[in-house]
Amino acid sequence: MGILVDKKTRVVVQGITGRDGSFHTRQMKEYGTNIVAGVTPGKGGSGFEGIPIFDSVAEAVKKTRANTSILFVPVAFAVDAIYEAADAGIELIVCITEGVPTNDMLQVYDYLKRRGVRLIGPNSPGIIHPGVTKVGIMPGQIHKKGDIGVVSRSGTLTYEVVYNLTIRDLGQSTCIGIGGDPIIGTNFIDCLERFEADPKTKGIVMIGEIGGTDEEEAALYIKKYVTKPVVAFIAGRTAPPGKRMGHAGAIISGGTGTAAEKVKALNTVGIPVAVSPAEIADLMYKKLKAVKTQKKKTAAKPARKKSVTRKSTKKKSIAKKAVAKKSTAKKSAARKIAAKKTTTGKRAVKKKTTKKTVAGKSATRKSTASKSTTRTSKTGTKARK
Amino acid sequence: MKIHEYQARELFASFGINVPRGKVAYTPEEVRDIAAEYGAPVMVKSQVHVGGRGKAGGIKHCPDTKSAYDNAQNILGMDIKGLTVKKVLVTEAVDIAHKSYVGIIIDRAAKKPVIMVSAEGGIDIEEVAAKTPEKIHKWHVDPLVGLRMFEARNLATKIYANPKTAAAAAKIIMQLYDCFINSDTSLVEINPLVTTPAGEVIAIDAKINIDDNGLYRHRDLEELREVEASEQSENEARQMGLSFVGLEGNIGCVVNGAGLAMATMDLVKHHGGQPANFLDIGGSSNPEKVVTAMRIILRDPGVKAILFNIFGGITRCDDVATGIVRAVEEFKPSVPIVVRLTGTNEEEAKKILANSQLQSADTMVGVVTRAIELAGLN
Repeated sequence: MGILVDKKTRVVVQGITGRDGSFHTRQMKEYGTNIVAGVTPGKGGSGFEGIPIFDSVAEAVKKTRANTSILFVPVAFAVDAIYEAADAGIELIVCITEGVPTNDMLQVYDYLKRRGVRLIGPNSPGIIHPGVTKVGIMPGQIHKKGDIGVVSRSGTLTYEVVYNLTIRDLGQSTCIGIGGDPIIGTNFIDCLERFEADPKTKGIVMIGEIGGTDEEEAALYIKKYVTKPVVAFIAGRTAPPGKRMGHAGAIISGGTGTAAEKVKALNTVGIPVAVSPAEIADLMYKKLKAVKTQKKKTAAKPARKKSVTRKSTKKKSIAKKAVAKKSTAKKSAARKIAAKKTTTGKRAVKKKTTKKTVAGKSATRKSTASKSTTRTSKTGTKARK
Repeated sequence: MKIHEYQARELFASFGINVPRGKVAYTPEEVRDIAAEYGAPVMVKSQVHVGGRGKAGGIKHCPDTKSAYDNAQNILGMDIKGLTVKKVLVTEAVDIAHKSYVGIIIDRAAKKPVIMVSAEGGIDIEEVAAKTPEKIHKWHVDPLVGLRMFEARNLATKIYANPKTAAAAAKIIMQLYDCFINSDTSLVEINPLVTTPAGEVIAIDAKINIDDNGLYRHRDLEELREVEASEQSENEARQMGLSFVGLEGNIGCVVNGAGLAMATMDLVKHHGGQPANFLDIGGSSNPEKVVTAMRIILRDPGVKAILFNIFGGITRCDDVATGIVRAVEEFKPSVPIVVRLTGTNEEEAKKILANSQLQSADTMVGVVTRAIELAGLN
């Protein structure tokens, strides 16, 4: 299955005739992505290698039923292009453009949230469902179909990690680059809850970096709701404070956002943090093995999740006013499972409901179990060194 | 991007915020003349991109023109946290009845601007936040609606009992938010915002950080950029579309992508070296970027070896290889260079580098350990 994109993904490329837009449209097409339209204002009616070009996203959606957009437009027009896609009924927007002003993103984030539209990025390499579809600029050939979910704030570092997973025979269910900016549309927690709900995903790799507190919040979330094994990597252990390290969001300011804090937060909830991208595969194998042993022990326990999903879908309309289209409904089903479990705490999950359910309890129980197995695997790492 | 207080106060004034009269000066004579023009007392304030100027003796109250001259003589040329004072701001001194604090930043976790006010201004606000957080009042603004008058009023009444003063402060909070949004800043701060015995509310300090991503639509603000001596290389890199941060270390790192660059530095440290820099050559790299990167890194005498860690995606390995060959020809570096190129056009890159005497490695760990070895660090 994978998350957020699948074979039903119908892509419109905004800025298809630009240098990067045309190059990557070709690359995505070669990978097998279903690109149904391109948009360049003023060039409507023409085409790009068999793909029809429209003047507006609304027209493209109307004529081609595009449901996903990828943006290659220059930064001065990027925010406008995001709003245009959202208003045209696009459900998932992937913004590759780098350098969007942060104050603009505050508004974009709020607007999309109110309309129930999902944004990945900005400053994102995109998302890939190996062997199925690629909505992004990552090199397709380094990926391999499999069951590891990868979520990252970085671009090339993700390629390095994925490449190492692939050569160690750990294929990927979905890899998402959420972007290196301070304000991004989709964060770690959004992806973690989807990976947790995705039956195809068996393990999760989370790649963070200095700046902000998203990794710390993700750690708390994982402790509460994620039963699948998680392995992390944090870039920037040697970064000096007060300096922006390339990404707009990668800055230690006022003493917060250091790698040490993030590593500590993750270790505290039993998530091992690799020292190099190459070590991630080792740690993942250990975790997966630990889960297998654990499962054998608890094999008698019945799975109760399905019924809960149904229940929560029923309540959907009350929980959220968003214009519910068919596929949005499907997407939000996963969100709802997590929402049901939420009790207190962090902003990122706060706005959802507070009712605790059977699944919530069993998830918590399971995560306690997986915590103890992690401890074993951590000692294992030390012993190896 | 940081700007100076004298620049920030001008920006504040352009949004209607009440600031005292002031001028920037570069010599004690100029300071004396301005003091004479305003009529003493005046404040003489060092203009450097660093906090804690007051504690360092870089801000002085001068009761007469003579003391303004003497203080300027002391302050100009003074070293504050490694930065030399080259100019001072001279302002009218204001009679102070009370000092408070007003600031706006982006709350990354909440994804909203947050306004912070405190009745205890004039001192290190981070200290107040750490010791007595209850003395700081925060308010998150809905970014789509913007700040509304009643919100500013509610905040102002938290720090001022007098309704007239509160109304004046609320107006300043509105103007400050306007400045925050419309100048694409990431931080605006008035510390302190003072009340005079006559009841006037004045911003006697001004701090603004500009969001680099917003500069493309603020040419006027970009012109305020001032490059410190220590940041020459960073500036040169920026002009070439590179992202560079100099550090004290022995292994020069040339990498594509910020995350990978940081991860490479971390690995250098992990294996016993010290990264000499952060350097991201960015995507779509042309060979010239690589040449610039080498020029900047070779300037650092502490560098004992240079490593290239390139994972080609948008970046093409052959472009990087061409750049490396060109840079080696141009600079004839005496330090060893180790190259790791993987991904897009890797084979072409290897052909380009085949005739060079450069060391190569296949993996990230490989390139890091080899560079450390060649630097003679283990």
